[in-house]
Amino acid sequence: MRVVVTGSRQESAKEKASRAIAVEDFISGCLRWGVVISAAIITVGLAFLVVTGNTGYPAGFYPTSVSQVLLGVVKLKPFAVIDLGLLLLVATPMFRVAASIVAFVYDRDLPYVLITTFVLTMLILSLILGKAE
Amino acid sequence: MVALTNTTGILAVAVIAGMVGALLGLGGGIIIIPALTLGFGIDIRHAIGASVVSVIATSSGAAAAYIRDRITNIRIGMFLEVATTAGAITGAWLGGLISSRLLYIVFAIVLGYSTLAMFQRRNMELPEGVVPHHLARKLRLEGSYYDQALAQQVTYTSAGVYQGFGLMYGAGVISGLLGIGNGVFKVMAMDMFMKLPMKVSTATSNFMIGVTAAASAGIYFARGDINPAIGAPVALGVVIGATLGTRLMVRLRNATLRKVFVPVLLYVSVEMLLKGLKG
Repeated sequence: MRVVVTGSRQESAKEKASRAIAVEDFISGCLRWGVVISAAIITVGLAFLVVTGNTGYPAGFYPTSVSQVLLGVVKLKPFAVIDLGLLLLVATPMFRVAASIVAFVYDRDLPYVLITTFVLTMLILSLILGKAE
Repeated sequence: MVALTNTTGILAVAVIAGMVGALLGLGGGIIIIPALTLGFGIDIRHAIGASVVSVIATSSGAAAAYIRDRITNIRIGMFLEVATTAGAITGAWLGGLISSRLLYIVFAIVLGYSTLAMFQRRNMELPEGVVPHHLARKLRLEGSYYDQALAQQVTYTSAGVYQGFGLMYGAGVISGLLGIGNGVFKVMAMDMFMKLPMKVSTATSNFMIGVTAAASAGIYFARGDINPAIGAPVALGVVIGATLGTRLMVRLRNATLRKVFVPVLLYVSVEMLLKGLKG
Protein backbone atom coordinates (compact mmCIF):
# COMPACT_ATOMS: atom_id res chain seq x y z
CA MET A 1 0.00 0.00 0.00
CA ARG A 2 2.22 2.84 -1.18
CA VAL A 3 0.60 6.18 -0.89
CA VAL A 4 1.82 8.55 -3.56
CA VAL A 5 2.14 12.03 -2.21
CA THR A 6 2.42 14.90 -4.64
CA GLY A 7 5.14 17.31 -3.67
CA SER A 8 7.76 16.47 -1.07
CA ARG A 9 5.88 16.08 2.14
CA GLN A 10 7.78 14.54 5.02
CA GLU A 11 5.65 12.22 7.09
CA SER A 12 5.31 13.60 10.60
CA ALA A 13 6.30 11.51 13.59
CA LYS A 14 2.79 11.86 14.89
CA GLU A 15 1.26 10.25 11.81
CA LYS A 16 3.77 7.43 12.03
CA ALA A 17 2.94 6.80 15.69
CA SER A 18 -0.81 6.81 15.12
CA ARG A 19 -0.38 4.29 12.30
CA ALA A 20 1.65 2.00 14.58
CA ILE A 21 -1.12 2.22 17.17
CA ALA A 22 -3.73 1.38 14.52
CA VAL A 23 -1.71 -1.75 13.66
CA GLU A 24 -1.64 -2.86 17.30
CA ASP A 25 -5.34 -2.21 17.80
CA PHE A 26 -6.14 -4.18 14.65
CA ILE A 27 -4.12 -7.23 15.79
CA SER A 28 -5.54 -6.98 19.31
CA GLY A 29 -9.06 -6.78 17.84
CA CYS A 30 -8.50 -9.89 15.69
CA LEU A 31 -7.50 -11.87 18.77
CA ARG A 32 -10.32 -10.52 20.92
CA TRP A 33 -13.04 -11.27 18.37
CA GLY A 34 -11.60 -14.72 17.71
CA VAL A 35 -11.77 -15.52 21.43
CA VAL A 36 -15.22 -13.97 22.00
CA ILE A 37 -16.85 -15.71 19.03
CA SER A 38 -15.33 -19.12 19.76
CA ALA A 39 -16.11 -18.88 23.50
CA ALA A 40 -19.73 -17.99 22.69
CA ILE A 41 -20.09 -21.00 20.37
CA ILE A 42 -18.47 -23.34 22.94
CA THR A 43 -20.85 -22.02 25.63
CA VAL A 44 -23.88 -22.70 23.41
CA GLY A 45 -22.60 -26.22 22.67
CA LEU A 46 -21.92 -26.92 26.34
CA ALA A 47 -25.38 -25.61 27.29
CA PHE A 48 -26.95 -27.93 24.66
CA LEU A 49 -24.98 -30.82 26.12
CA VAL A 50 -26.03 -30.11 29.70
CA VAL A 51 -29.70 -29.48 28.82
CA THR A 52 -30.19 -32.44 26.48
CA GLY A 53 -27.74 -34.74 28.26
CA ASN A 54 -26.89 -36.12 24.83
CA THR A 55 -23.63 -35.58 22.92
CA GLY A 56 -25.31 -36.25 19.58
CA TYR A 57 -22.99 -39.21 18.98
CA PRO A 58 -22.68 -42.80 20.20
CA ALA A 59 -20.92 -43.07 23.58
CA GLY A 60 -17.17 -42.50 23.36
CA PHE A 61 -17.34 -41.01 19.86
CA TYR A 62 -16.68 -37.44 18.82
CA PRO A 63 -15.89 -35.78 15.50
CA THR A 64 -12.23 -35.63 14.46
CA SER A 65 -12.43 -33.90 11.10
CA VAL A 66 -13.70 -30.55 9.89
CA SER A 67 -16.33 -32.19 7.64
CA GLN A 68 -17.65 -34.33 10.50
CA VAL A 69 -17.90 -31.22 12.66
CA LEU A 70 -19.76 -29.23 10.02
CA LEU A 71 -22.18 -32.10 9.29
CA GLY A 72 -22.86 -32.38 13.02
CA VAL A 73 -23.35 -28.62 13.43
CA VAL A 74 -26.06 -28.67 10.75
CA LYS A 75 -27.89 -31.28 12.86
CA LEU A 76 -27.19 -29.21 16.02
CA LYS A 77 -25.27 -32.01 17.72
CA PRO A 78 -23.82 -30.60 20.99
CA PHE A 79 -20.32 -32.09 20.54
CA ALA A 80 -20.13 -30.76 16.98
CA VAL A 81 -21.08 -27.25 18.13
CA ILE A 82 -18.38 -27.37 20.85
CA ASP A 83 -15.82 -28.60 18.31
CA LEU A 84 -16.72 -25.78 15.93
CA GLY A 85 -15.89 -23.31 18.71
CA LEU A 86 -12.65 -25.15 19.54
CA LEU A 87 -11.61 -25.16 15.87
CA LEU A 88 -12.25 -21.41 15.62
CA LEU A 89 -10.21 -20.89 18.78
CA VAL A 90 -7.32 -22.86 17.29
CA ALA A 91 -7.56 -20.91 14.05
CA THR A 92 -7.37 -17.55 15.85
CA PRO A 93 -3.54 -17.34 16.25
CA MET A 94 -3.03 -18.43 12.62
CA PHE A 95 -5.48 -15.79 11.50
CA ARG A 96 -3.64 -13.26 13.67
CA VAL A 97 -0.36 -13.95 11.82
CA ALA A 98 -2.06 -13.57 8.44
CA ALA A 99 -3.76 -10.35 9.56
CA SER A 100 -0.40 -9.00 10.81
CA ILE A 101 0.98 -9.16 7.27
CA VAL A 102 -1.82 -6.86 6.12
CA ALA A 103 -1.20 -4.58 9.11
CA PHE A 104 2.55 -4.30 8.43
CA VAL A 105 1.87 -3.52 4.76
CA TYR A 106 -0.39 -0.72 5.96
CA ASP A 107 2.41 0.45 8.27
CA ARG A 108 4.83 0.37 5.26
CA ASP A 109 7.23 -1.77 7.27
CA LEU A 110 8.88 -4.00 4.67
CA PRO A 111 11.20 -5.94 7.04
CA TYR A 112 8.20 -7.02 9.11
CA VAL A 113 6.08 -7.84 6.07
CA LEU A 114 8.86 -10.27 5.12
CA ILE A 115 9.37 -11.58 8.68
CA THR A 116 5.65 -12.24 9.14
CA THR A 117 5.30 -13.85 5.72
CA PHE A 118 8.18 -16.17 6.63
CA VAL A 119 6.45 -17.11 9.91
CA LEU A 120 3.16 -17.82 8.11
CA THR A 121 5.00 -19.97 5.54
CA MET A 122 6.64 -21.94 8.36
CA LEU A 123 3.28 -22.45 10.04
CA ILE A 124 1.65 -23.72 6.86
CA LEU A 125 4.66 -25.94 6.24
CA SER A 126 4.42 -27.41 9.73
CA LEU A 127 0.71 -28.02 9.26
CA ILE A 128 1.52 -29.92 6.07
CA LEU A 129 4.41 -31.80 7.64
CA GLY A 130 2.02 -32.43 10.48
CA LYS A 131 4.58 -32.79 13.19
CA ALA A 132 5.68 -29.40 14.40
CA GLU A 133 5.60 -28.58 18.12
CA MET B 1 -16.16 -40.38 28.55
CA VAL B 2 -16.17 -37.65 31.13
CA ALA B 3 -19.07 -37.33 33.52
CA LEU B 4 -20.83 -33.99 33.37
CA THR B 5 -20.36 -33.52 37.10
CA ASN B 6 -16.66 -33.13 36.37
CA THR B 7 -17.29 -30.23 34.02
CA THR B 8 -17.47 -27.63 36.79
CA GLY B 9 -14.35 -29.02 38.43
CA ILE B 10 -12.38 -28.88 35.19
CA LEU B 11 -13.70 -25.36 34.61
CA ALA B 12 -12.38 -24.27 38.02
CA VAL B 13 -8.93 -25.77 37.37
CA ALA B 14 -8.87 -24.07 33.97
CA VAL B 15 -9.63 -20.68 35.53
CA ILE B 16 -6.52 -21.04 37.72
CA ALA B 17 -4.40 -22.28 34.80
CA GLY B 18 -5.53 -19.34 32.65
CA MET B 19 -4.72 -16.88 35.40
CA VAL B 20 -1.22 -18.25 36.08
CA GLY B 21 -0.57 -18.54 32.34
CA ALA B 22 -1.57 -14.93 31.71
CA LEU B 23 0.59 -13.70 34.60
CA LEU B 24 3.74 -15.60 33.67
CA GLY B 25 3.56 -15.92 29.89
CA LEU B 26 3.07 -19.69 29.98
CA GLY B 27 0.36 -21.84 28.46
CA GLY B 28 -0.95 -23.31 31.68
CA GLY B 29 0.00 -26.86 30.65
CA ILE B 30 2.04 -27.26 33.83
CA ILE B 31 -1.22 -26.92 35.76
CA ILE B 32 -3.73 -28.49 33.36
CA ILE B 33 -1.85 -31.73 32.67
CA PRO B 34 -1.18 -32.81 36.28
CA ALA B 35 -4.62 -31.60 37.44
CA LEU B 36 -6.50 -33.54 34.75
CA THR B 37 -4.46 -36.73 35.05
CA LEU B 38 -4.12 -36.85 38.85
CA GLY B 39 -7.29 -35.01 39.90
CA PHE B 40 -9.78 -36.26 37.34
CA GLY B 41 -8.23 -39.54 36.19
CA ILE B 42 -8.09 -38.40 32.56
CA ASP B 43 -5.51 -40.23 30.47
CA ILE B 44 -2.36 -38.35 29.45
CA ARG B 45 -3.27 -38.24 25.74
CA HIS B 46 -6.48 -36.29 26.37
CA ALA B 47 -4.78 -34.18 29.03
CA ILE B 48 -2.14 -33.10 26.49
CA GLY B 49 -4.89 -32.37 23.95
CA ALA B 50 -6.62 -30.21 26.57
CA SER B 51 -3.36 -28.41 27.34
CA VAL B 52 -3.00 -27.46 23.64
CA VAL B 53 -6.46 -25.87 23.86
CA SER B 54 -5.36 -24.18 27.09
CA VAL B 55 -2.21 -22.70 25.53
CA ILE B 56 -4.14 -21.22 22.62
CA ALA B 57 -6.93 -19.84 24.81
CA THR B 58 -4.44 -18.27 27.25
CA SER B 59 -2.40 -16.80 24.43
CA SER B 60 -5.24 -15.23 22.48
CA GLY B 61 -7.18 -14.12 25.55
CA ALA B 62 -4.23 -12.55 27.34
CA ALA B 63 -2.49 -11.12 24.27
CA ALA B 64 -5.59 -9.19 23.18
CA ALA B 65 -5.52 -7.31 26.51
CA TYR B 66 -1.73 -6.89 26.70
CA ILE B 67 -1.49 -5.50 23.17
CA ARG B 68 -4.21 -2.98 23.99
CA ASP B 69 -2.25 -1.97 27.12
CA ARG B 70 0.92 -1.66 24.92
CA ILE B 71 2.81 -4.15 27.11
CA THR B 72 3.22 -6.74 24.35
CA ASN B 73 5.91 -5.87 21.84
CA ILE B 74 4.44 -7.17 18.59
CA ARG B 75 7.63 -6.66 16.60
CA ILE B 76 9.82 -8.51 19.11
CA GLY B 77 7.21 -11.30 19.13
CA MET B 78 7.05 -11.61 15.35
CA PHE B 79 10.84 -11.42 15.01
CA LEU B 80 11.36 -14.22 17.55
CA GLU B 81 8.60 -16.33 15.98
CA VAL B 82 10.94 -16.69 12.99
CA ALA B 83 13.28 -18.59 15.31
CA THR B 84 10.62 -20.67 17.09
CA THR B 85 8.75 -21.75 13.95
CA ALA B 86 11.98 -22.57 12.08
CA GLY B 87 13.20 -24.42 15.18
CA ALA B 88 9.99 -26.42 15.49
CA ILE B 89 10.33 -27.63 11.92
CA THR B 90 13.99 -28.51 12.47
CA GLY B 91 12.96 -30.43 15.59
CA ALA B 92 10.31 -32.35 13.70
CA TRP B 93 12.88 -33.22 11.03
CA LEU B 94 15.53 -34.30 13.53
CA GLY B 95 12.98 -36.63 15.08
CA GLY B 96 14.70 -39.92 15.78
CA LEU B 97 18.23 -38.63 15.21
CA ILE B 98 18.78 -37.14 18.64
CA SER B 99 18.29 -38.75 22.02
CA SER B 100 15.45 -36.93 23.74
CA ARG B 101 16.87 -37.96 27.13
CA LEU B 102 20.07 -36.06 26.39
CA LEU B 103 18.05 -33.01 25.32
CA TYR B 104 15.98 -33.12 28.49
CA ILE B 105 19.16 -33.12 30.56
CA VAL B 106 20.80 -30.33 28.54
CA PHE B 107 17.74 -28.10 28.79
CA ALA B 108 17.23 -28.96 32.45
CA ILE B 109 20.74 -27.61 33.08
CA VAL B 110 20.03 -24.47 31.03
CA LEU B 111 16.84 -23.90 33.00
CA GLY B 112 18.54 -24.68 36.31
CA TYR B 113 21.15 -22.03 35.56
CA SER B 114 18.39 -19.61 34.56
CA THR B 115 16.59 -20.27 37.82
CA LEU B 116 19.70 -19.26 39.76
CA ALA B 117 20.21 -16.18 37.61
CA MET B 118 16.63 -15.07 38.06
CA PHE B 119 16.76 -15.74 41.79
CA GLN B 120 19.76 -13.39 42.03
CA ARG B 121 17.83 -10.71 40.21
CA ARG B 122 14.58 -11.33 42.10
CA ASN B 123 14.46 -7.78 43.49
CA MET B 124 15.29 -6.04 40.23
CA GLU B 125 12.37 -3.93 39.09
CA LEU B 126 13.58 -2.73 35.68
CA PRO B 127 16.72 -3.67 33.73
CA GLU B 128 19.41 -1.02 34.05
CA GLY B 129 22.27 0.03 31.81
CA VAL B 130 21.03 -1.94 28.81
CA VAL B 131 23.32 -1.46 25.83
CA PRO B 132 21.08 -1.67 22.77
CA HIS B 133 22.02 -4.29 20.19
CA HIS B 134 22.65 -2.86 16.71
CA LEU B 135 19.64 -4.75 15.40
CA ALA B 136 17.39 -3.32 18.12
CA ARG B 137 17.14 0.03 16.37
CA LYS B 138 17.06 -1.36 12.85
CA LEU B 139 14.24 -3.81 13.53
CA ARG B 140 12.47 -1.61 16.08
CA LEU B 141 12.94 -4.15 18.88
CA GLU B 142 12.26 -1.43 21.41
CA GLY B 143 9.30 0.38 22.84
CA SER B 144 7.60 1.86 25.86
CA TYR B 145 4.55 1.18 28.01
CA TYR B 146 2.81 2.84 30.92
CA ASP B 147 3.48 0.88 34.11
CA GLN B 148 0.48 1.12 36.43
CA ALA B 149 2.36 -0.26 39.43
CA LEU B 150 5.21 2.22 39.04
CA ALA B 151 2.95 5.01 37.77
CA GLN B 152 5.45 5.91 35.07
CA GLN B 153 6.17 5.43 31.39
CA VAL B 154 8.82 2.71 30.95
CA THR B 155 11.03 2.91 27.86
CA TYR B 156 13.11 -0.14 26.94
CA THR B 157 15.35 -1.55 24.24
CA SER B 158 16.84 -5.00 23.44
CA ALA B 159 20.34 -6.22 24.26
CA GLY B 160 21.63 -9.69 23.26
CA VAL B 161 19.41 -10.13 20.18
CA TYR B 162 21.53 -12.98 18.76
CA GLN B 163 21.55 -14.91 22.03
CA GLY B 164 17.82 -14.41 22.48
CA PHE B 165 17.16 -15.50 18.90
CA GLY B 166 19.42 -18.53 19.37
CA LEU B 167 17.70 -19.64 22.56
CA MET B 168 14.33 -19.22 20.82
CA TYR B 169 15.51 -21.42 17.98
CA GLY B 170 16.61 -24.03 20.55
CA ALA B 171 13.24 -23.73 22.28
CA GLY B 172 11.55 -24.30 18.93
CA VAL B 173 13.69 -27.37 18.24
CA ILE B 174 12.89 -29.01 21.57
CA SER B 175 9.21 -28.18 21.23
CA GLY B 176 9.28 -29.88 17.81
CA LEU B 177 11.10 -32.87 19.30
CA LEU B 178 9.61 -33.20 22.73
CA GLY B 179 6.27 -31.45 22.32
CA ILE B 180 6.56 -29.47 25.52
CA GLY B 181 5.17 -25.98 25.92
CA ASN B 182 8.03 -23.59 25.85
CA GLY B 183 6.65 -20.42 27.40
CA VAL B 184 9.33 -20.77 30.07
CA PHE B 185 12.13 -20.62 27.49
CA LYS B 186 10.53 -17.69 25.73
CA VAL B 187 10.33 -15.64 28.92
CA MET B 188 13.94 -16.60 29.79
CA ALA B 189 15.30 -15.58 26.40
CA MET B 190 13.66 -12.17 26.58
CA ASP B 191 14.41 -11.56 30.24
CA MET B 192 17.98 -12.87 30.51
CA PHE B 193 19.49 -12.13 27.12
CA MET B 194 17.45 -9.35 25.61
CA LYS B 195 17.06 -7.65 28.99
CA LEU B 196 13.47 -6.56 28.47
CA PRO B 197 11.30 -5.56 31.44
CA MET B 198 9.70 -8.66 33.00
CA LYS B 199 6.18 -7.58 32.06
CA VAL B 200 7.15 -7.10 28.43
CA SER B 201 8.80 -10.56 28.44
CA THR B 202 5.76 -12.40 29.85
CA ALA B 203 3.24 -10.48 27.73
CA THR B 204 5.23 -11.02 24.54
CA SER B 205 5.68 -14.70 25.40
CA ASN B 206 1.89 -14.93 25.81
CA PHE B 207 1.50 -13.41 22.37
CA MET B 208 3.84 -16.02 20.82
CA ILE B 209 2.87 -19.32 22.47
CA GLY B 210 -0.51 -19.55 20.72
CA VAL B 211 1.08 -19.59 17.28
CA THR B 212 3.37 -22.53 18.04
CA ALA B 213 0.53 -24.47 19.64
CA ALA B 214 -1.92 -23.72 16.81
CA ALA B 215 0.49 -25.20 14.27
CA SER B 216 0.26 -28.57 16.03
CA ALA B 217 -3.36 -28.42 17.21
CA GLY B 218 -4.67 -29.81 13.93
CA ILE B 219 -2.78 -33.06 14.46
CA TYR B 220 -4.10 -33.46 18.00
CA PHE B 221 -7.63 -32.82 16.77
CA ALA B 222 -7.38 -35.31 13.90
CA ARG B 223 -5.91 -37.94 16.25
CA GLY B 224 -8.89 -37.52 18.56
CA ASP B 225 -6.81 -36.17 21.44
CA ILE B 226 -9.07 -33.14 21.85
CA ASN B 227 -12.20 -34.43 23.56
CA PRO B 228 -14.98 -31.79 23.38
CA ALA B 229 -16.28 -32.78 26.82
CA ILE B 230 -12.88 -31.78 28.29
CA GLY B 231 -11.98 -29.09 25.75
CA ALA B 232 -15.13 -27.02 26.33
CA PRO B 233 -14.70 -26.39 30.09
CA VAL B 234 -10.93 -25.96 29.63
CA ALA B 235 -11.35 -23.34 26.90
CA LEU B 236 -14.03 -21.40 28.75
CA GLY B 237 -12.27 -21.56 32.12
CA VAL B 238 -8.94 -20.50 30.66
CA VAL B 239 -10.48 -17.52 28.85
CA ILE B 240 -12.06 -16.36 32.14
CA GLY B 241 -8.83 -16.96 34.07
CA ALA B 242 -6.64 -15.24 31.47
CA THR B 243 -8.90 -12.18 31.53
CA LEU B 244 -8.59 -12.00 35.32
CA GLY B 245 -4.84 -12.61 35.08
CA THR B 246 -4.28 -9.68 32.72
CA ARG B 247 -6.15 -7.34 35.09
CA LEU B 248 -3.94 -8.50 37.95
CA MET B 249 -0.63 -8.47 36.09
CA VAL B 250 -0.72 -4.79 35.09
CA ARG B 251 -1.03 -3.88 38.79
CA LEU B 252 1.89 -6.06 39.93
CA ARG B 253 5.50 -4.96 40.12
CA ASN B 254 8.03 -6.57 37.80
CA ALA B 255 9.95 -7.81 40.85
CA THR B 256 6.83 -9.59 42.17
CA LEU B 257 6.39 -11.39 38.83
CA ARG B 258 10.00 -12.55 39.02
CA LYS B 259 9.48 -13.95 42.50
CA VAL B 260 6.46 -15.92 41.29
CA PHE B 261 8.40 -17.10 38.25
CA VAL B 262 11.41 -18.52 40.14
CA PRO B 263 9.61 -21.51 41.78
CA VAL B 264 7.89 -22.33 38.47
CA LEU B 265 11.28 -22.37 36.73
CA LEU B 266 12.71 -24.58 39.43
CA TYR B 267 9.78 -27.00 39.12
CA VAL B 268 10.07 -27.26 35.33
CA SER B 269 13.84 -27.76 35.41
CA VAL B 270 13.63 -30.50 38.05
CA GLU B 271 10.85 -32.21 36.10
CA MET B 272 12.91 -32.11 32.91
CA LEU B 273 15.96 -33.46 34.71
CA LEU B 274 13.94 -36.37 36.12
CA LYS B 275 12.52 -37.15 32.67
CA GLY B 276 16.04 -37.13 31.26
CA LEU B 277 17.43 -39.40 33.96
CA LYS B 278 14.53 -41.87 34.03
CA GLY B 279 14.18 -41.91 30.24
